Formats: sequence, structure tokens, C-alpha cells
Amino acid sequence: MRADRPYLTVLLWTLLSLLTLFPIYWLFVISVKPAVELFTTPSVLLDTVYWNNYVKVLNDSTLRRYMYNSIVISSGNALLVTTLAFMACYALSRFDLAGKENIFFWTITNRMAPAAVFLLPFFLLFTQVFVIGDWKLYDTKIGMILLYCTFNLPFAIWTLRPTIDAIPKELDEAATVDGASTWQVIREVIFPLARPGLAVTLILTWVFAWNEFLLAATLTSFNARTITTGLSEYVTTTGTEWGTMASIAIITLVPALIVFSVVQRQIVAGLTFGAVKE
Amino acid sequence: MRSNRVGWLLLAPTILILAVFGIVPFLYVLYVAFHQWNPFGANPNMIYNGADNFRRLVFDAEFLTSVWFTLKFAFFAVASEVALGYLLAQLFMKDSPGKGFFRTIHTLPLIVAPIVVGSVWRLMTTPSIGIIPYLLNDWFGYDLNIGRDATSAFVITVIMDIWHWTPLVTLTLLAALVSLPKEPFEQAQIDGANRWQIFWHVTLPMIRPAILATVFIRLMDALRTVDEVWMLTGGGPGAATRYVGLHIWKLVFPKTDYGYGSAISVIVLYLTLVMCWLLYVGLVARRDRKRPS
Repeated sequence: MRADRPYLTVLLWTLLSLLTLFPIYWLFVISVKPAVELFTTPSVLLDTVYWNNYVKVLNDSTLRRYMYNSIVISSGNALLVTTLAFMACYALSRFDLAGKENIFFWTITNRMAPAAVFLLPFFLLFTQVFVIGDWKLYDTKIGMILLYCTFNLPFAIWTLRPTIDAIPKELDEAATVDGASTWQVIREVIFPLARPGLAVTLILTWVFAWNEFLLAATLTSFNARTITTGLSEYVTTTGTEWGTMASIAIITLVPALIVFSVVQRQIVAGLTFGAVKE
Repeated sequence: MRSNRVGWLLLAPTILILAVFGIVPFLYVLYVAFHQWNPFGANPNMIYNGADNFRRLVFDAEFLTSVWFTLKFAFFAVASEVALGYLLAQLFMKDSPGKGFFRTIHTLPLIVAPIVVGSVWRLMTTPSIGIIPYLLNDWFGYDLNIGRDATSAFVITVIMDIWHWTPLVTLTLLAALVSLPKEPFEQAQIDGANRWQIFWHVTLPMIRPAILATVFIRLMDALRTVDEVWMLTGGGPGAATRYVGLHIWKLVFPKTDYGYGSAISVIVLYLTLVMCWLLYVGLVARRDRKRPS
């Protein structure tokens, strides 16, 4: 589709982008203001910039550790979830399994639970059930990667299913007639066509894992503590270090932005065009 | 046809993980829901009390109000997000200079953690130090006070949710739109259909499953929102933004009333499930009836 008036579109995008960016700009403003100035009459523009919060945060080896944990946990979880969801969606879409629509609906019910009371059974599972000798699932990265499946896997299955369903069945039937195995059909036919859906699923599950707070706060202490949880340590009932919190928040945008810009390139149109005729 | 064993094999890891981390904790919460249990209270033991917790919540005005507020919040937030997200996804389908750049900017709110979102919006809206009340007063003479006015607090939580989650809708619908085959659109244009007819008769039926999935996910996430609203208003003023997730949070953490908190969670889960099930059956059944024609 070609825009009839590209300048109008660009103008519209610029306005929308300003609205979208404002709270993030404000986060930046908070991060470069000394604490006393936060509680005076606000102004939109910055007059002086203090980088002290950033210096403090970047020199903090604990926070660097949390950042590393977050990257490992989010990437591990997003890759695991997207792979499992891709397999599950292919099964749900192409096989005639008994009760598959009920299974499909059941998966999403795992995302509906209000978190607060579920922290306790998770804590018990992690400290008393999944224990081998001295080793516990508590405070491990693999524990968090598996746990985040409870809310990410249903999400991934539900966002990916429409994409897989939309790929014409004639394509895999044709490939099967040509002698392709199930694995070849998945790899050569479905995977390339499902790319936009897979990319979006990967991005969003990564983000959900990156931003998760309650579970990480309860089930990790140091070895697997994530940056979102580390950042919340500056938000307390006795007083919040807004500047420190905001500067960590700004720094955490960087890895997320990198993941976004790399994966977003996969969301391109026209892959299915003409596929059936060939 | 291929053997179904392969299908079950592909589905098995998902079922296994969700059973261990989904069903087991749920059974535990269900068990606690039938007990009086306050582990840090005068009597830390679990005492079986039958359906007392459930009887209590039917007459609990605070809980019932919070359910009503949550439904209102979820309705306004999700309806706006889906409408806006669809329009933005369509806008992204057009070629325009700098499209990739704008798309990245548009998705930025998603990568801000909910507790940070709540904090920033709180600093932006707190009367006398926040930029939004300041500008509103300066430009329009409007006095925004979310610490006092229940309606403003409600509206601000909805706007914050729209700001934070519309990009999710845009991205999922964009993925659906770019995957659509081109032939039906070209055919419709040849047949002389206008934009509205193309949307109603071509686009909508094809991306309906994607819209449905997005509505579900946003709906159930909005119904259990905690972090952002907790940071923004703390549930106030009064109980105006004390949505059900926050209500449970307050029962479980300051009051450590686990028995009652669990009962409420089970009921909230049940209500969410029934609501989504009815939507699902209603909409999917309609789609299936249409199919043969």
C-alpha cells in the first residue's frame, strides 16, 4: 500500500511520537535533576544537567550483575517460549487432536491469576519441592526462565496461533506430497512465513520477562536478581531516590532498544503473496 | 494425514510446564481458600472454615466496589487501546519516510517496566510539582488534582494504561496485517469497494482471530493490573482506583490475611475465566457458523 500523502503521514507520526516520548523524556529529566529540584515548580525544559546519578549507577557492580541476569533471563525465556509456542501452535493448527480447543483455552487461563497470593505456592515450590541436595530452584536463572513461562507461554501461543492458522494448509500439503518430513515442513514452509508473528512474539515475551517485578522480587535474592527488581530497591516507603531509580530505568532501555531494532526488521509485508500459486 | 502422535509430542512440553507452574500453585491457593489463615496473626495455624471466606466476600462492599471499578477501568482502557492500536497498525502499513524510526519510538513505552511507568506518571501528575497539572492550569486554567478528585484519578490511570499498552496492540495487529494475502484486497478494489467496505468485508474477517486474541490478553492483563496503579495512586483517593489486584495485594501484604485473599483470588480468576470463555465461545461460534457460506 502506498501513502497518498506521505507528508501528512510523517506529520501525524511526529505528533504521535512527541506524545509517546513525553513520559520517557520526563523520566530522563528526573534522572538528571538533583533531588531538591524535583519538588519545585516544574518546567518543560532543562536548565542544568547533573550526570551524578549515572556515574553512581554505572560504577555499581551489583547493578551491573543484575543487568547481566536480566539479559540472560529475558533472552533465555523469550527464546524458550517462542520455540515452545511455535511447536504448540503448529500442533494446534495442523493436527486433529482430541480436545485441542479446550487445551488452547486452558493455556490462557494461566495468565489470568492475580499474582499476589500465587507468590506463596511459587515460593514453596522453589524452596521445598525443587530441591536436590544443596541445590534449590530458588534464586537461579533457570528457575526464573521456567517460571516466566506461566505468563509468557499462554501469551505467545495466543499471539502466534492466528499467524500459523493464516498460512494456507495447501502449502504444507504440497510439501508433504513432495516427500517432506514434518520437520522439513516446519523449517522450510511454516517458519519463513510465520516470521513476522514470531518476531513480534519474541519481542513481546522478552519485554514481559524484562519488566516482571513481583515474582523476581520474591523468588530471587542475588544470583538471579533482575534489574527491574534492583531498581525497585530505590523505591521505598520511607522515601524514594527518584533520580537513581530514573537513571537505572533509562539505562535499562538500551538493551531493550537493541533487541527491538534487530528483531523488528523481521516484521515485513508480502511474504505470503503469491505463495499458493507457485 | 500425519499421525497425531507427532502433534501431541509438539504440544507436550507446553502442557508439562503449564501443569507444573500453573495447575499445582492453583490447587494450593484453592486449598488455602477454604481455610482461615493469617500466618503472622495471633493464630498462625491454618483452620478449615468451609465456605466462610466465600460467604464473606459476597457481602464485602469494598471487594464488590473494587470489582466494579476494575471492570470500568478494563473496559475503557482496552476499548481505546484496540481502536487506537488498529488505526496505528494500519498507518504503519503505509510507506512513509522514516517508518522504522517511528515504529521504534512508538514501541518504547513497552520497554519501560510497569513500576517505573507508575513512578513517572506519579511525578508528572502530583499536584503542585507535576508538569501535567502545571501546564493544564497555565494553559486552560484547569485544576487537576488526582489526590482529591476520584474521576481525575480514574481517568489518569486509564490514560497511563493506554500510553503503556497501545503499542502491544499495534504490534500484534501489525504482525497479523502484514501476513495477510494481497489477492482479496486487489479483488475488492477491482470490484470497486470503498475503504469502509474493504475494512468491514475483507480486512476484519481475516484479522478477527488476531483481534480476538489481543483483546483477551489485554483484558485479562488489565483486570489484574497492580504495579502501575499502585505506584501512581496507591489505590486512592479513597478507593477510587483500588482495582481488584490492588485489593488482593492489600489483603495479603499489610494484613497477611491469606485465607480470604486466596478466596478472592479464586473468585476473580473464575470471573475472568467465565467472561473470556463467553466472549470466546460467542465470537468463535459466530465465525464458525459463517464459514460454510
